[in-house]
Amino acid sequence: MTVLTKQTLSHLDWLEAEAIHIMREVAGQCSNPALLFSGGKDSICMLRVAEKAFRPGKFPFPLLHVDTGHNYPEVIAFRDRRAAELGERLIVRSVEDSMKRGTVVLKHPGESRNKHQSVTLLEAIEEHGFDCCIGGARRDEEKARAKERIMSFRDEFGQWDPKNQRPELWNLYNARSHKGENIRAFPISNWTEMDVWQYIEREKLELPSIYFAHTRKVVIRQGAIVPVNVPLTSGELTNQPKAGETIVDLQVRFRTVGDISCTAPVESDADTVEKIVLETATTTITERGATRLDDQTSEASMEQRKKEGYF
Amino acid sequence: MSAMENLPLDKHPIDNGLLRFLTCGSVDDGKSTLIGRLLFDTKTILTDTLTSIERTSQKRGMEAVDLSLLTDGLQAEREQGITIDVAYRYFTTGTRKYIIADAPGHEQYTRNMVTAASTASLAIILIDARKGVLTQTRRHSYLAHLVNIPHLIVAVNKMDLVNYDQAVFEKIRTDYLAFAEKLGIGDIRFIPMSALNGDMVVDRGQHLDWYNGPTLLDVLETSPPAHNETVEKFRFPVQYVCRPQDSANPELHDYRGFMGLIESGMITVGDEVTVLPSGLSTRVKSIEICGEKLTHAVSEQSVTILLADEIDISRGDMIVKTCETLEPKKQFEAMVCWLSEQPMDRARKYLIRHTTRETKAMVAGIEYRVDINSMEWEPAEKLAMNDIAKVAFKLAQPIFCDPYSENRGTGAFIVIDESTNNTVGAGMIL
Repeated sequence: MTVLTKQTLSHLDWLEAEAIHIMREVAGQCSNPALLFSGGKDSICMLRVAEKAFRPGKFPFPLLHVDTGHNYPEVIAFRDRRAAELGERLIVRSVEDSMKRGTVVLKHPGESRNKHQSVTLLEAIEEHGFDCCIGGARRDEEKARAKERIMSFRDEFGQWDPKNQRPELWNLYNARSHKGENIRAFPISNWTEMDVWQYIEREKLELPSIYFAHTRKVVIRQGAIVPVNVPLTSGELTNQPKAGETIVDLQVRFRTVGDISCTAPVESDADTVEKIVLETATTTITERGATRLDDQTSEASMEQRKKEGYF
Repeated sequence: MSAMENLPLDKHPIDNGLLRFLTCGSVDDGKSTLIGRLLFDTKTILTDTLTSIERTSQKRGMEAVDLSLLTDGLQAEREQGITIDVAYRYFTTGTRKYIIADAPGHEQYTRNMVTAASTASLAIILIDARKGVLTQTRRHSYLAHLVNIPHLIVAVNKMDLVNYDQAVFEKIRTDYLAFAEKLGIGDIRFIPMSALNGDMVVDRGQHLDWYNGPTLLDVLETSPPAHNETVEKFRFPVQYVCRPQDSANPELHDYRGFMGLIESGMITVGDEVTVLPSGLSTRVKSIEICGEKLTHAVSEQSVTILLADEIDISRGDMIVKTCETLEPKKQFEAMVCWLSEQPMDRARKYLIRHTTRETKAMVAGIEYRVDINSMEWEPAEKLAMNDIAKVAFKLAQPIFCDPYSENRGTGAFIVIDESTNNTVGAGMIL
């Protein structure tokens, strides 16, 4: 028989094995975790990793979506269908319910709801007594994320304290928390946008259609492509064109999904995963730089939001 | 059919795996510039990021783009001009993916360097060519050695400021080797470079014709990604037990899958294994990942193992090959790095997490503390943050461990303070 001294795993196999290990640590160490699933590409990868981690058993956690209400209907339909196919429990909590309760107050009706997801998330954590939420954040997304732990401790207020994080050594994760506190676990911390697309390609994962190139009515506003008159799941019609703006038909795709009213697509012909992988390899602009209209407000806006309990 | 063909490896034509490395040095050594240079020359930096640092460079009155700004992280750090923690950066060459652990070099941040080093297979030690081997160089080298990083690159940076003089480089090499020999560091490479001008980082540049060795990236591309290249013993700490108990599906009715990450070695279907601590032996019936059956599996893979006989196994147990079994240990000695602002209190009991096992522990004695600047031993009664010491522990429950020098996965542990749940210490079993 062939004697193997050392087998080198491909980078995707290594990243996948690490992510599986982290999910199983959550399952082994936490008593009531939940996995955040939005229907976005990162959380779609997370579901695949969870299958690899726990099948033929059920997931040892429910899926949780904190819905901004500002979503494209096809993403929400995808979310529901995917959860049903997997036979896993999906809990949806919405920012709009927090608004009705008065715990989320928008500065103006058009304000991005991304940052307000924190409130709804903390309310869901309290309601269900979750001691850990597993999320699909990646360290390459943003510089505040580059310094966050894989098992990230949050106090009773859900706050992240960058100066007081638990040291994380080897693959010995510490997901312990006292009642009321919780852990945010990030199994795909070490993945980049490219890794995510390569994984989607390799595993042949299905995605909501808005990730692929399609024709859309848009205006160009301060250099960003802004889709106009989009019907949202909340029933609103978002981004009406302003005076002087010209509506054009453009071939675009989305690189991220979040509060879709403040997510810009990029111009693209990539209508298959293969083409997106190629495009990602040659792109000249970062994922958030291209597409998140609310991250640029302040140089440190992500850091600030995380301190307030954001993912 | 060769065994290789059965591995569920990625089918990409060129994939040389993933290498995790660590950069040691302070801002003064040009560490941030070096990382910036690696990211820039491997085309990892995208236009909007570059525009943003160009803007900042201009704001600060600099003529050229300050590549060190790329590694600036948090608002708190920018305000104070310091780096407070380990940051992770990513780049790829198309053939290999890299994870850089970037730890600050100041003395008070020993714990950050140990943290960053714990997952690295290679360390780059930066030396300012004008300054030569300094106390901090020795400290970084000692810590890299302590955490058992198998490959070291000594990057003699800022060669542009010494006229690219070969004699300066040779002198530093001689000085460094003199003390590295005393430490017993194995694989060391020396590279002269100018991160500022890009000489010998990714490209060879124009100024170092007398140097015939590889560039930094050449070494990174060819260095083995695995932490240990020798044949290791099979160690499989059980993380989670899968029991679907699905009465509707006869196949799953009695299914018991033992899930975990292979910390080291290799396992093949049919191998005789022993379960610890019970000591019961059986054979591997099947190895799976999500229904896909494998003939064998190797180190760093997350798999599910099914056994031929029904044995009671739970999280914290370890599966090993029967011919390579381990003895239980209720006391051991270890090199410990204290990580907490709260000093180690010898009167208290701590929690130790080793593999997937947790046990209460008490400190039986501190043999000595290491002065990491002189590397001399000194007596110590308690340990403060950043202290490195040889400590004896007594455990409430036995663990199954190997010496850290032989096996990172089963030789490492963390110390947890149960009152805060903080990770307060890191240990390497002797």
